[in-house]
Amino acid sequence: MQAARRYGPAAVILVGVLVAWEVLVQVSGVEGFILPAPSAIWTALTDNWTTGYAILPAAQVTFFEAMGGLVIGTVLGVATAFVVSRFPASRDTVLPLGIAINAIPIIAFAPIANNWFGILSPLSKMAIAATLVYFPIMINTLRGLTQVEPSALELMRSYAAAPSTITREVRVPNALPFFLTGLKVATTLSLIGAVVGEYFGGLTATLGRVVVAAASGLRFDVTWAAILMVSLMGIVLYLGVVLLERLLIPWHASLRGDQPA
Amino acid sequence: MTVGDAQAPVVRLSGIGKSFKVAAKRGQPDSGETVALTDITLDIRRGEFVSLIGPSGCGKSTLLRLIGDLTQPTAGKVEVNGKSAGQARLDREYGMVFQAPVLFDWRTIEDNVRLPLELFGYDKAAQAERTREMLELVRLTDFARHRPYQLSGGMQQRVAIARALAFSPSLLLMDEPFGALDEMTRERMNSEVLSIWARTGITVVFVTHSIPEAVFLSSRVAVMSARPGRITRVVEVDLPRPRGLDTRESPAYFSHITDVREALRAGEGDEADVASVERTAAEGLVG
Repeated sequence: MQAARRYGPAAVILVGVLVAWEVLVQVSGVEGFILPAPSAIWTALTDNWTTGYAILPAAQVTFFEAMGGLVIGTVLGVATAFVVSRFPASRDTVLPLGIAINAIPIIAFAPIANNWFGILSPLSKMAIAATLVYFPIMINTLRGLTQVEPSALELMRSYAAAPSTITREVRVPNALPFFLTGLKVATTLSLIGAVVGEYFGGLTATLGRVVVAAASGLRFDVTWAAILMVSLMGIVLYLGVVLLERLLIPWHASLRGDQPA
Repeated sequence: MTVGDAQAPVVRLSGIGKSFKVAAKRGQPDSGETVALTDITLDIRRGEFVSLIGPSGCGKSTLLRLIGDLTQPTAGKVEVNGKSAGQARLDREYGMVFQAPVLFDWRTIEDNVRLPLELFGYDKAAQAERTREMLELVRLTDFARHRPYQLSGGMQQRVAIARALAFSPSLLLMDEPFGALDEMTRERMNSEVLSIWARTGITVVFVTHSIPEAVFLSSRVAVMSARPGRITRVVEVDLPRPRGLDTRESPAYFSHITDVREALRAGEGDEADVASVERTAAEGLVG
């Protein structure tokens, strides 16, 4: 009952949009390669699930690459944030570098990464994904590690607590909500990075290559089906982070229910 | 609690001065200095409850932070139990209570109280025992498993007091702890603090801008004035203890309030400033 009240409106809107889309395409007679109807996209997806364009195995490879990039970018971003928060003097060196990395046009970097790490190696796609993931993770985690209430630091100082103790007891728990916000952004960015990398060449059995091949064959219904797969994986990863939030920071203001004393 | 000569002061302030460098502004040739505190000399005896009161900007919080080694004096010497303030901090002689409760939402109430005990390496059994005692002391046993945000402001501040006392420090430093509370809660908290003080016998230094609060709580009230911050008078409050509602309605209480008010006024050449102190005090606003 509660779930129906919470998710009902979203479900109604989703179904409404799909129905309107279907009707619009059927009535207006728009060509399938301009805008396929939802039913046509669904048919393309099921027809090419494991045979034909083989979307499922392609999605598995793309997901693997995205996850690899997500892990690499997250580890590097968190590590940088710890170093900068521990040695504030390094801030002026590291932050411009991070901003520069973030400003890299990923489309220009993708062929370079393919060249560096091998066009057929998943590592080249992971590198591209990691480049996108790095900055939102680093900047959010750094904010969380440093934006601590001054009186909390004074309290710890009155306990004569070592910096490592302050990091463990105050900075890390304080940074968790910030880190998880960065992670929400990073999950979708990792998928974009992987697909963009594939677009510039690599194994055939990847969603990026399916998009290229289907588009050049004017099979835009398959292109849409591949896009749908990427979106679904993005939603799954995002929900994964939401679950992580419930486990790690149930005390945070964004997650508390009304629980008066 | 540190064993020592009962007559020796817990806190000895001799000729304390504190000035801040003022950052140079554009168009001004030189950066200046603001004198926050000058020539502060005061002994606080074991078991005393001493309040520091004064107008905003008189440096009363700075003085408290100097005692707690959270900032350093530019002149004079702070001694706590015969040691430097820095050594006393390393020896964990200070329990601190700030205006904000500074509780960690990621810890339950009992785990917040337990925090210093964990840091100081108490064994698990001692941690549990001491935490239970402290929650009993501030009458929050039923809320042990709650989270800080589930408690009212007054309850949160009681948790902060329990945490400050958990490791039996020799000195409790309180920086306007009830400044953010409404008047009714504040009076209740005052009685609560007095009963805790009576039961533990701890020495308390208490910063406030409320005259009634200072008089009700203290054995002595150090009246400060601003620009530069200094102690202009120390008012002995010899009201009988235990103090309660009767105290707040007794003529002696009012005459002490008048004493402190006049001391504040005498310390301040500017009438307008005193008026502003009293208004702030009356409204219970942040100093």
